[in-house]
Amino acid sequence: MRTILIVFIKEVLENLRDRRTLASALVMGPIFGPILFAFMINLSIERSFEDVERTLELPVIGQEYAPNLVRYLRGRNIDVIDSPLDRTAAIEAVKTGQHDIALIIPRAFGEQLADTMPAKIELVSDQANSDADRGARRVRSALRGYNSELATLRLSARGVNPMVLQPLNIDEIDVSTPSGRSAMLLGMMSYFFIFATLMGGMYLAIDATAGERERGSLEPLLSLPVTRDQLILGKIGATCLFMCLSLTLSLLSFHVALKFMPLEQLGMTPNFGPAVVIAAFLLFAPFVLLGAAIMTLVASFTKSYREAQTWLSVVLIAPTLPIVVVSILTLRPKLEFMFVPSLSQHLLLVDMVKNEPVNNLHVLISVVSTLLFGALFTWICARLYRREGLLG
Amino acid sequence: MIKVEDIHKSFGEVRAVHGVSFDAPDGKITGLLGPNGAGKSTTLRVLYTVLKPDAGSAAIDGVDVVGESLRARQRIGALPHGSGLYPHLTARENVAYFARLCGIDKSEVDDRVDEIIRLLEIESFAARRTKGFSQGQRTKVSLARALVHDPQNIILDEPSNGLDVMATRSLRRLILKLKDLGRCVLFSSHVMQEVAALCDDICIIARGQVAIDGSIDDIRERTGCDYLEDAFVHAINRVEAE
Repeated sequence: MRTILIVFIKEVLENLRDRRTLASALVMGPIFGPILFAFMINLSIERSFEDVERTLELPVIGQEYAPNLVRYLRGRNIDVIDSPLDRTAAIEAVKTGQHDIALIIPRAFGEQLADTMPAKIELVSDQANSDADRGARRVRSALRGYNSELATLRLSARGVNPMVLQPLNIDEIDVSTPSGRSAMLLGMMSYFFIFATLMGGMYLAIDATAGERERGSLEPLLSLPVTRDQLILGKIGATCLFMCLSLTLSLLSFHVALKFMPLEQLGMTPNFGPAVVIAAFLLFAPFVLLGAAIMTLVASFTKSYREAQTWLSVVLIAPTLPIVVVSILTLRPKLEFMFVPSLSQHLLLVDMVKNEPVNNLHVLISVVSTLLFGALFTWICARLYRREGLLG
Repeated sequence: MIKVEDIHKSFGEVRAVHGVSFDAPDGKITGLLGPNGAGKSTTLRVLYTVLKPDAGSAAIDGVDVVGESLRARQRIGALPHGSGLYPHLTARENVAYFARLCGIDKSEVDDRVDEIIRLLEIESFAARRTKGFSQGQRTKVSLARALVHDPQNIILDEPSNGLDVMATRSLRRLILKLKDLGRCVLFSSHVMQEVAALCDDICIIARGQVAIDGSIDDIRERTGCDYLEDAFVHAINRVEAE
């Protein structure tokens, strides 16, 4: 135990002096997450507001055939602009991306309208382009509005109550809480925490094997009267400390950063107060041991520092996989998910942030199973540290 | 005292060492001489227990390096080939770290480290971080680190590699000092003159085997060569012819 502590203290001291380790543990992980998050939030806010506020430019061919419609569109914040000369040119312009959408009013429009025939009108858009799709949706809803306005007028003119065309009165009641709505976006937070945690210990993990070997300090170290188990445990311990540090900073920086993000505008009120921050730390802490052990393990197979960096960036991404799968399939927390490290932390954190009750059994399984995985990988690491091939 | 008996070690197809035996007694300097790739480092690595021999045995002061590797390591100060330091620690901290790992009590570490720093004449840069040290400075600190727990047996793998004349001379003085203290010093080299100038006993290794061993006079007599270099070539040719 004394030896493990000596190794631990030396590793901590050495890495506190290493600018690269400090940068990745104290800056990269904790800062990167909130910045990326803020960026995405702002992007989605912009998106959702710009649609209504921004004037949509709509090239219309044959404006002279439907002056009333053009006026109606202008009233709906759609700027009707001059357009390519004919139908073919308009389709071509949308195809090449010169315009997102175009509206074509045929010569027969006015006649058909007067004859109370369905008047043909064409909307050209590229549905694979999400910007165009949003624009098309706005135009479509404007046209639908114009359509029902005309229908109402026609019915009134014939002495029919327009209500006959509206047999149903649909009223939607949305029961999702404001916090619940934010879940999708906030679900990303758990990955940022895992990322920050792993980043914090990355360079220490590399140093434990590949780094020491490359520097030539591994062999003298192994020729000392200490067991290799003691060395690797001290090193993994130091890696864990840096990971905890990085995790803590990352949680705190989110706690602060969320206050400055205009989340209410998106209808979100995430619960990330001090209590949740502490709970989240306790929830993610077991993952630290697992992360440290896996990173040390992977680094021990590599031949050089550079190779270790390459492989460890794969490890940085690996924990996202279960999170992504569950997010795509929008699965609810289930008992068996709690056995999967990173996934269980993610699901439980989402519940906490959404202010929903957290199942205590789920927490217990998550903590115990992640710790067991951590212990298993630490054991494998220690076994592999004993092999001769370690010297490379 | 180091005793090596018929050790074998292969890495896959490559037979690095097959059948090396020799003794390195206390109070003497024993040189392991041989061309590059002869198996010197592998032999020494078995002795400081980072490699396990496939066959044969070796003992440090009678302690088996395989069966009781931890106890054997306690009796060794090793300077592996191309030893590196921790660049973010000072020279002093590098030495103190090893002292602590060797079990020296916290209260005694400072005195011990001071002593070894004086012995190796590294006072002037002991307080500096080792990043950017010259090869000579690095070797001295590595040596201090290896000797800090005052081991009875000292194993040095090509210690003079990359050292300039002055550094080589001070290394030589240190090795002689250790001999006078009654230590068992075993070092490897591919530089003939160095071995000739320092060693009491020489063990010439070629192709993983002992070509010849004994005192310098012994070797001259048995090969019929006056110059050690000729004797060296002679012995190696004999092994390679077999």
